[in-house]
Amino acid sequence: MLKSELAGAATGLAVPRSLVPGRRRGVWGDRLYQAAVRAAVLVFVVVVLGIAALLVYAARPALAAFGWRFLVTADWDPVAEHFGALPFVYGTLVSALLGMLIAVPFGVGSAIYLAELAPFWIRPPVAFLVELLAAIPSVVYGLWGIVVLAPLLRTWVQPALARGLGFLPLFQGPPYGVGMLAAGIILAIMVVPFIVAVSREVLLAVPTQQREAALALGATRWETTRLAVLRYARSGLLGAILLGLGRALGETMAVTMVIGNRPEIALSLFAPGYTMASVIANEFTEATSDLYLAALIEIGLLLFVVTVAVNALARLLVWSVGGAVKEVRE
Amino acid sequence: MSRVAVRRATNVAMHILAALAALVVILPLVLILGFLIFRGSTALNVAFFVHLPTPVGEPGGGMANAIAGSLILIGLAAAVGVPLGILGGVYLAQSRDRRLPWLCRFLADVLNGVPSIVIGIFAYTLIVLPMRRFSALAGGVALGVIMLPIILRTTEELVRLVPASLQEAALALGLPQWKVVLHVVLPTARAGIITGVMVAVARIAGETAPLLFTAFGNRFWHRRLDEPIAALPLQIFSYAISPFDDWHRQAWAGALVLISLVLVMSLLARLATKGLYNRRGTYG
Repeated sequence: MLKSELAGAATGLAVPRSLVPGRRRGVWGDRLYQAAVRAAVLVFVVVVLGIAALLVYAARPALAAFGWRFLVTADWDPVAEHFGALPFVYGTLVSALLGMLIAVPFGVGSAIYLAELAPFWIRPPVAFLVELLAAIPSVVYGLWGIVVLAPLLRTWVQPALARGLGFLPLFQGPPYGVGMLAAGIILAIMVVPFIVAVSREVLLAVPTQQREAALALGATRWETTRLAVLRYARSGLLGAILLGLGRALGETMAVTMVIGNRPEIALSLFAPGYTMASVIANEFTEATSDLYLAALIEIGLLLFVVTVAVNALARLLVWSVGGAVKEVRE
Repeated sequence: MSRVAVRRATNVAMHILAALAALVVILPLVLILGFLIFRGSTALNVAFFVHLPTPVGEPGGGMANAIAGSLILIGLAAAVGVPLGILGGVYLAQSRDRRLPWLCRFLADVLNGVPSIVIGIFAYTLIVLPMRRFSALAGGVALGVIMLPIILRTTEELVRLVPASLQEAALALGLPQWKVVLHVVLPTARAGIITGVMVAVARIAGETAPLLFTAFGNRFWHRRLDEPIAALPLQIFSYAISPFDDWHRQAWAGALVLISLVLVMSLLARLATKGLYNRRGTYG
């Protein structure tokens, strides 16, 4: 109580102005200062809202021309000016889900290792390496995907999958290397560091008393983790996974470079696909008509809405754990 | 086996599984960095830093214009993102209102998760369309918007850590608020704020998607800031998707330069806050 009052006194203008020597200069300076900081926050809020407003504004022609059918039509023909986003929505969802399917077990597993199980000397260097992984630019992952991953998939992985699991429609068709599978794998590699970083933070935010209580009852480290830590951090971990999903949905360059860029809906993971982000990246500067451009911007708007929803949900979940922790500490 | 033995065995098994998961997560880093250093260092030479790109088939050439372009774009972005971010962060940290900072934190985190290509569309409709041409300015604004939430959040968090007693002491000496912020609050939080800026720069240095239709790229030197400008990530992208071996080699060299820049930034950011954060990272 006292602390917050003092902070208020320090930051507001609680000191009577008449007590401040040379107050005229100070008052003008303070007014300028207040105006500047307020303007900065205002600009920030306007930018965020402006992104949404401008996207809607620029997508108007497409919104008016296609309505909600835009989402369920699979026809993408710039020459005839027929635009349907279904192949891109499908490609985005499938590649992101595939990536998450690979990334989540490894990501959460490493976060558990780093926060709970690993010997203490191992934790900082490994956490640092994972952070480095997050710092590698998308285009570098893409380059690696084109030069190393795609040939590897084409010559070794895809033939092996076709031999072993070829009876499933998922693993049929010619092995190109580039395609949905390559996109899923590269997404998994790119998203994993975020899942690890946020999950680890969530786990570290779990109060130590939780662990001590479980250990005192005779639980092993793993039982402590499972019963006292993971259960407590459940919603935060879900938030971490959703943050990763948000990244995967919006990831552009690396996916564009390895997914094959063909607006078709194919069941096989070997087939090339296309995502919402990559069609914008590839075709935006080539959009010759206003409607074409508006259709691409509408895809951008869709991407914006989806990622904002996913991220907002994720944030609320992560904060719910952090908030609970703060209450315990205070 | 007794129950205790089963529980112990499960414990050991889960330790091993979790360690394996961590190993698998780190493996790609080793593979990618190893390959990058191997391929990049053989392709890197002095010409890469001082020459313009050559046409297909002509050996040699470099990415001098792209390296300079990237630096200029980072400078423009910082001119947009750093002052706004720091001022906004100070306001949020010192605001007595409870709802506005919450809302801004939320908006910042949400903006942080918006795909960078969508920010590119924003800069395109805001700047490229009215100006009727691609420009370095548009690219700088797009990157600046990406920096903004990162700097805003770190500044806010760091300014909150400045002890109230320090500010009270300064106020008690009769300093006006703005001088307290300028001479007491910001210098105290300096290391952390610099870290935030460097994390943000590391993040935007490798951004490609928002530059595709703002900065656009340029095979020559740009002359003015309202013209298309080359950028290292753009050049790497266009070389990587080309079918020519020579251009692939250049792409690796560019990737090595880019990643060195990014990693040095990240490392500096980490060193600057050593001890400030021991458990929680600065990444949003």
